[in-house]
Amino acid sequence: MMQETLPQLNPTPGAGHSDANAAAEPLVRIEGLTIGFPDETGERFVPVVEDAGFVVHRNEILGLVGESGSGKTQTSMAILGLTRRPGKVMAGHVIVDGVDVVGLDEAGLRRVRGRKAAMIFQSPRTSLNPLMTVGDQVARVYVRQRGMNRRAARAEALAMLRRVGIAGAERVAGSYPHQLSGGMAQRVMIGMMVACGPDLLIADEPTTGLDVTIQAQIFELIQQVQAEARMSVLLITHDLGVVAETCHRVAVMQGGRVVEIAPVEELFARPRHPYTVRLLGAMLRPDRPSGDTQEPDPLPERLDIEVGGRRYEAVSVDAWAAAGVGLPMTIEVAPGHFVLCHEREDGADAAETER
Amino acid sequence: MTLRRYVLRRLALTAVTLVGVILAVFAMTRILPGDPVAVKAGTYATDEVRASIRKELGLDKPVPVQLATYVGNVLKGDFGRSTRSGHPVRDDLFNRLPATVELALAALLVGALVGGPLGIWAALRRGGRLDAAVQQVAILSAAMPLFWFGLVLIFFFYHLWGIAPPPVGRLATNIAPPTHLTGLYTVDALLTANWSALRSALGHLALPTLALGVAVMASFIKMARSAMIGVLDSDYILAAKSLGLSDREIVWQDALKNALVSLLTVVGIVLGYLLAGNVLIETIFAWPGIGYYAWNALTGSDYDAIQGFVLLVAIVYVFLNLAIDLAYTVIDPRIRLG
Ligand SMILES: Nc1ncnc2c1ncn2[C@@H]1O[C@H](COP(=O)(O)OP(=O)(O)OP(=O)(O)O)[C@@H](O)[C@H]1O
Ligand SMILES: [Mg+2]
Repeated sequence: MMQETLPQLNPTPGAGHSDANAAAEPLVRIEGLTIGFPDETGERFVPVVEDAGFVVHRNEILGLVGESGSGKTQTSMAILGLTRRPGKVMAGHVIVDGVDVVGLDEAGLRRVRGRKAAMIFQSPRTSLNPLMTVGDQVARVYVRQRGMNRRAARAEALAMLRRVGIAGAERVAGSYPHQLSGGMAQRVMIGMMVACGPDLLIADEPTTGLDVTIQAQIFELIQQVQAEARMSVLLITHDLGVVAETCHRVAVMQGGRVVEIAPVEELFARPRHPYTVRLLGAMLRPDRPSGDTQEPDPLPERLDIEVGGRRYEAVSVDAWAAAGVGLPMTIEVAPGHFVLCHEREDGADAAETER
Repeated sequence: MTLRRYVLRRLALTAVTLVGVILAVFAMTRILPGDPVAVKAGTYATDEVRASIRKELGLDKPVPVQLATYVGNVLKGDFGRSTRSGHPVRDDLFNRLPATVELALAALLVGALVGGPLGIWAALRRGGRLDAAVQQVAILSAAMPLFWFGLVLIFFFYHLWGIAPPPVGRLATNIAPPTHLTGLYTVDALLTANWSALRSALGHLALPTLALGVAVMASFIKMARSAMIGVLDSDYILAAKSLGLSDREIVWQDALKNALVSLLTVVGIVLGYLLAGNVLIETIFAWPGIGYYAWNALTGSDYDAIQGFVLLVAIVYVFLNLAIDLAYTVIDPRIRLG
């Protein structure tokens, strides 16, 4: 398969981006992103994503994992400038292919949406207009994004439906969303987004509510279109097995912060942030031998990290207040492996921060 | 096919409802206070007279027999006889129905065509000044007493400015009604190219239409706004945005159609309300509709007339609902295709 030639699949952490282009400028660069919602009084904005940052390289599948409510959806919607009122981006930059989406006007956003980045959602059946045939919905993407006339667009739409593995494409094109199964609808959504020719496909828990066998098919399809179109994918999921199988790198979010980013093998082998350890533990624990009578160790809230002679500690975000820690910083603990840490009081001089 | 099953089931339901309506109307007149015999006989009637009236009305028979007679009569189209007019109630009602229908449709048109776009516009500017202003309009128009508003309109447009014709009936007294086709004077005048009748009919229709139209406009503003907001917040609008479709395309291709589909129900409810004939407005404008008739029947203890009115309104309502549901089978693929 095509993927084998991709540098990102290289198992050596950090060595994957020797490609001059990728090293020069990633497709998406998120920096210091802070998104807030007004509190009950409506006067103060409470951040739900705070100082988050990561990059998405060209041609890679980046997994985004983390507890429910950690801000994964909010972060990914910000890439399309789709933060819903009353929420708003309070600070930071989201640079998509050289264009900062934050503060961009509608016309500018429209040039980003679809062409640069497109998104599929949790509930494919409600993501389609119930009053328009599936074929028309795919076709209008070609009209809009490729400037085709209606006839050509219809033909392309049919071809796209076949490409995303829909049997009986003609019949499906003439049907309405409520007549599709969830899996079919998600295939249509993927086809619709791929039709835009985006550089980045955001998939926000694309298989929630689908049968297990269908789930696997959808992930396969995402991998397939990613490889064919050589685009990047930001895959949000709670399924770490899927992450291990499909993603090249993983970002972990907790409490609105990106706490750890690493190539997938590195993260699974050497998680450094206590939250990541907990998350992976939750996945691994069922595999423990049942004869293990020993009580599992309580998972640590803070872990020590030493880089270049300086001492840091990574603290679970929900323990920050209790721990009385100061401002966090992102440090690179291994090539391409970043962890959100706090400097230890007994640590050395001002540490160089890097994201 | 599922659609046929749906339509058949809907028709069967309509039949059952109609039976229920007839039973309810029959029961209502037995439960309602007042004695039809006393009304018909007058205060000074002898017992013999009362007994003969009782017999004439069929009230001496057991209730099941009375019910059977009533149902039989209704099915034959016999709604009884009005004590006030002396005519069959059916004829009275059918002579007056077109006036109410004309006013109802005109008010619906005004309410929907002004209120609907206003509500949708407000939804598109949600949270802004325009939204707040439109919502104020809705609150005002809902809160305004209809009776008072009708009188204010008459005061300004007729009395003070002399723009509107005298608020009496559907036509000026010196103008003959247009040839009867639909019974709606404006439509009939238009179809027969009777311009003087058309002008007069429109003039007489204007103020009561405005009064009722503004009253029902509030419902349209509120429902259109909330329907549109619901649609704008839906997943498929978000998905359409993420495709890079413009706001214009999204509003016209996705949002409006979906919002309008849910507004059809509101059209049904409002039209049902209007078709019952508005007693206040019809009274103020001496509008010869069924609302005015029902009011007179009620104050004059004209039992058959009241019964006939209630039955007619209920039947209209049942068929209106049927029409709306059948309309959905045409416009909503979720129902059309099951
Ligand atoms: N409209 C809103 N008003 C207030 N808070 C909101 C709103 N929408 C989202 N949030 C908050 O933003 C935070 C992040 O939400 P987000 O949907 O990004 O989480 P998530 O990581 O995608 O979770 P999940 O895995 O459950 O999808 C949550 O704590 C949520 O409560
Ligand atoms: Mg989410």
